[in-house]
Amino acid sequence: MEKESKLKLDIVTPYGLIFSEDVEEVTCTGSEGDFGVLPGHEFFFTTLKIGMLSYKKGNTTKYVFVNWGYAEVGPDKVMVLADSAEKSEDIDVERAKAAMKRAEERLKKAEEFDFARSTSSLERAVARVQIAEKFR
Amino acid sequence: MPTLRDIRKRLKAIQSTKKITAAMKMVAAAKMRKVQDRMLNFRPYAQRMELVLSDLAKVSERQIHPLLDLRPKKTVEVIVITSDRGLCGAFNTNILKAAGNYIHTLQKEGVALSLSVVGRKARDYFRRRNVPRRQAWLGLSGKVTYTNAQEIAGDLAENYTKETVDEIVVIYNEFKSLIAQKVTITKLLPIGAIETEEARKEPFMGGDFLYEPTREAIFERLLPKYIEIQIYRALLESSAAEEAARMAAMENATKNCSELITKVTLLANKVRQASITKELMDIVGGVEALKD
Repeated sequence: MEKESKLKLDIVTPYGLIFSEDVEEVTCTGSEGDFGVLPGHEFFFTTLKIGMLSYKKGNTTKYVFVNWGYAEVGPDKVMVLADSAEKSEDIDVERAKAAMKRAEERLKKAEEFDFARSTSSLERAVARVQIAEKFR
Repeated sequence: MPTLRDIRKRLKAIQSTKKITAAMKMVAAAKMRKVQDRMLNFRPYAQRMELVLSDLAKVSERQIHPLLDLRPKKTVEVIVITSDRGLCGAFNTNILKAAGNYIHTLQKEGVALSLSVVGRKARDYFRRRNVPRRQAWLGLSGKVTYTNAQEIAGDLAENYTKETVDEIVVIYNEFKSLIAQKVTITKLLPIGAIETEEARKEPFMGGDFLYEPTREAIFERLLPKYIEIQIYRALLESSAAEEAARMAAMENATKNCSELITKVTLLANKVRQASITKELMDIVGGVEALKD
């Protein structure tokens, strides 16, 4: 692949364009495991699960919470189509913690019918809290 | 000749009508701004989704997923999107007329029709004309959520997969600008060569992709999503167009009220003046008679 020094990272959700800038490195949680992208990456398409996306720009690393979606990767582009996404500074920690507590309680009661829903909302809340705390 | 009291009553009625139409215009304007914001926020997502899919569709075979399946056109599903409420000018009339024409051509071609509607106005229209309807979704206009789109898209995808319909067409009002709506007829399924303007200019990313987990699994999730997005977009466009149309209609109504008020006020003044003149004449006549 030709020498590329920048990656164009786009993060879009149905609620708007979250992020669109040139970055140097991207790490992301794919459904089959984490993966890193540097400029000159192979063409790659993957589904994403609830997790964290981080990107490096200059000397700073920033984190974004991603809730399901797809990533399309090319040598000079990374495009993330997420169901929802929040930058670490935009995460409402209080809300996430409350959601975590709620989900835990519901899981304890072990009601079969919304087990899947509770698990995924717990997962979401935990990821949000982790990311928000990492940023601080 | 109407009496002064009748005219005054009429004037009052017009004035309060004007107040109502003016208020409705404000409400429509506020609602429209809200929907418009959501639409503008949603657009980049929809566009990129189209780009991604057009990339993938190029390298994929049709048998990979039932939603990509091409069949001879025997039954066509037509979805007509209108509003739930009236008072929005020609908004619904235009859509229903276009839908009627489209259905007519389908019948001429000898293709079976399966009709679904969104909005009370479309339901009533086709009910009056005894056109059988498969599905109706009501109460969406003005408060469209993504969940609504998911529900509709899920139903459509299911019918397409079950092969009860072979083609799906959506008819809706596209939001062009504050004063213009455009009736749009788009084919939703089968997914043809997806061609957006940007995609035609340059392939977003060329080359062979590595897929994770597998291409099949990705299509399994991506294609239903694509339909949801298209439906959501149509619903948003239609809502925005509806509020814009209502705004224009109410603006006109308010203007007409003002005109009527001027006219009726003039009439009231004339009648009042006439009665004063008449009374004066009576008095003068009486005085003249006493003089003798």
